Amino acid sequence: MTVQEVRLCGLLLQEHFGEVVEKVGIHLLGSGAQILRAIAHETSTPLDLVKKSLCVLVQHGMCEFRRGRRGPGGAVEYHASYERVLRILRYPRYIYTAKTLYGDTGELIVEEVLQRGHMTMSDSVRTVADRLTHNMEEGRSMEYSEVVSAFSKLVETHFLQRCPPVADVGTALPAEAGPGAPAAPAPTLAESHPDRYILPHINLTGRGKRRHPSDDSEVDSKGAKRAKMDASAASDDMGIYWQVNFDRFHQHFRDQAIVSAVASKMDQTSSEIVRTMLRMSEVTTTPTAACTQPLSANEIFRALPPSYSITRPILEQYLSLLVDDPMEFVGKSGESGGGYLHKALASLARATLESVVQERFGSRSARIFRLLLRKRHLEQKQVEDFAMIPAKEAKDMLYTLLSENLVQLQEIPKTPDHAPSRTFYLYTVNPLPTARLLLQHCYKAVGNLIERRLYETKESKRLLEKSQRIEAILASLQASGAEPSQLSEVEEMITAPERQQLQALRNHVNKLDSSENQVDETIFLLESYISSTETSR
Amino acid sequence: MAGRGRGRGRGQLSFNMEAVGIGKGENLPPSTLQPTPIFPPMDHKPIPLQTSEEAEYMLALKQELRGAMKSLPFYIRPAAPKKDVERYSDKYQSSEPTDNTIEWDPDWKRLPRELRIRVRKPLKEKAPTVPRPSKQTHVDKEEIIRKLETLEKKEEVSSDEEGEKRKKQDEEEQEGEEEYDEEEFEEETDYIMSYFDNGEEFGGDSDDNMDEAIY
Repeated sequence: MTVQEVRLCGLLLQEHFGEVVEKVGIHLLGSGAQILRAIAHETSTPLDLVKKSLCVLVQHGMCEFRRGRRGPGGAVEYHASYERVLRILRYPRYIYTAKTLYGDTGELIVEEVLQRGHMTMSDSVRTVADRLTHNMEEGRSMEYSEVVSAFSKLVETHFLQRCPPVADVGTALPAEAGPGAPAAPAPTLAESHPDRYILPHINLTGRGKRRHPSDDSEVDSKGAKRAKMDASAASDDMGIYWQVNFDRFHQHFRDQAIVSAVASKMDQTSSEIVRTMLRMSEVTTTPTAACTQPLSANEIFRALPPSYSITRPILEQYLSLLVDDPMEFVGKSGESGGGYLHKALASLARATLESVVQERFGSRSARIFRLLLRKRHLEQKQVEDFAMIPAKEAKDMLYTLLSENLVQLQEIPKTPDHAPSRTFYLYTVNPLPTARLLLQHCYKAVGNLIERRLYETKESKRLLEKSQRIEAILASLQASGAEPSQLSEVEEMITAPERQQLQALRNHVNKLDSSENQVDETIFLLESYISSTETSR
Repeated sequence: MAGRGRGRGRGQLSFNMEAVGIGKGENLPPSTLQPTPIFPPMDHKPIPLQTSEEAEYMLALKQELRGAMKSLPFYIRPAAPKKDVERYSDKYQSSEPTDNTIEWDPDWKRLPRELRIRVRKPLKEKAPTVPRPSKQTHVDKEEIIRKLETLEKKEEVSSDEEGEKRKKQDEEEQEGEEEYDEEEFEEETDYIMSYFDNGEEFGGDSDDNMDEAIY
């Protein structure tokens, strides 16, 4: 874990769970597994706050605990996973994907589950139905059964999965263990559970309830309590919690990236063929596999949706085109073809690297970079010749790339004394370390973006508060049916320059936020490339 | 390296300058003596962000999510530590979050036991209205609370009343500690903690809180 990752984790935790959780989380990330007391001591935070923070982190799956090393009576150790914290950055994308696949209902389900870390099916169905009803016009409401069906679709397609169940419920309860006896300090979560995609049998009938504005305040103050009572009244799925299956989402993102790469490299039809191949292998291939199961042309043909009207001979031609393509997204194994996911990711990552060099150092540096990627090792003289760039400029670019660590230099001495005059200096590009380097740059960039955004909002805090107050006043006036003149009078409390300032601030924040989203796409690509290279080794 | 530029420097280098592509007459770049600028000038302008419906929607989702997370109970705010003076009204109207209440109820079965000790801390909203029951011994209370907790998990329905009972007990505990707290405050002058904090930290069942320095 690097400095940049820790910094980004800290910022994300702070934004989403507050400063206390940030402090505890950063400490856990930095120090590895620790016991409760040590955390409290070293962060000099009150014990209660530490406990609370740990609850939050565990609830969101960002922190895990295990029984101490010194037998069953030992203290429980906690450790946080930075990868899981960094996922927060991608939450909008998960939610958006759920929306494109399963509509508003799917979107809200995934959103709720992400916000709460994990929740029971009945809880999420109820909340989502209520929220949907709230947004509908008066007199209509959302059936629970519709939400249930969306939920089960998400589970069937493995986008949601069960949290591992508690393995030994008995020992986790203090009463059964007795006050004096050494009770198990922590529940053990089952390692593997085969039925993680099996829906519990629940019967939920009814429809979303509309919250009336009049009793809003009451609901807020007692909301938690009441919700809990509601839930306990009707849920048969107590203790079965659902969480978002990030791997499945990542698999989906990866497939989409491959399909769109094929579409832009070749054409729409071939991308549809690749999409069909990927969809067919969704179930049969493990998420981390380097390539899909081989599929025969016949199978692909049968699985193609008839609406594309691709005939068999045309399919054969497209397949041979895809196989011949230097991107190597589709390969041939014997007489049947399979997709090479790892190679596809490598190609995509390589393209990302190339475009980064191009945008930062210009197209001619990118030419040198591509040349090195293709030819592997080149001497300086050869680089100048092959790239057809004047020696002096080529040298300059090469050295710049070298100093940025995008290009590596390898010495191969002819004699054992390493004398420079009798040594080959070979320039080379090593995609994996370069991707890692770039990934760190990305983390740093996101960290900078968040910090800038915090700074911008801090600078105009007063203005933001004012506009919020005025909006609240306006809303309450409108609700009580005030006259238009009154309303406009209140509106004018924000002066024109202030309005401009607010607008500018909003623009800046929007830009920073969407940059974060888009940097995350690059992060995703690089992360999957790195992890797929690691597993395929 | 520092001597490289000075006339005799050439001869001292262990390698031939031509081998790395620097000709005879060429000047070496001057050595830099200061750190690189924080915002170096960019040679190439960055390409604009993608603007599409998708990007905009994701933006809206992101901002909404960030806003929503702040209002969820998972966003932990530390108890506001110091105010100018301690007011009598503080203990009746403070709706500030305190360090030792938890605003949502996790499934304690899934969490280590040491984390859940504070579940028996009261929600303070209802506290002042409850009539005080007669005193009980310390040990008794422990047991009852244990029992109540297990009961609570078994039958969530009745959890409300139990919560109330628990509250009563803690309430009474606080009463006992009140005077002691007052003294502490006088000695330590300006370090004012919220009233309820003290009550609980001290009344706490000595099992965990004692070594935490509060004052």
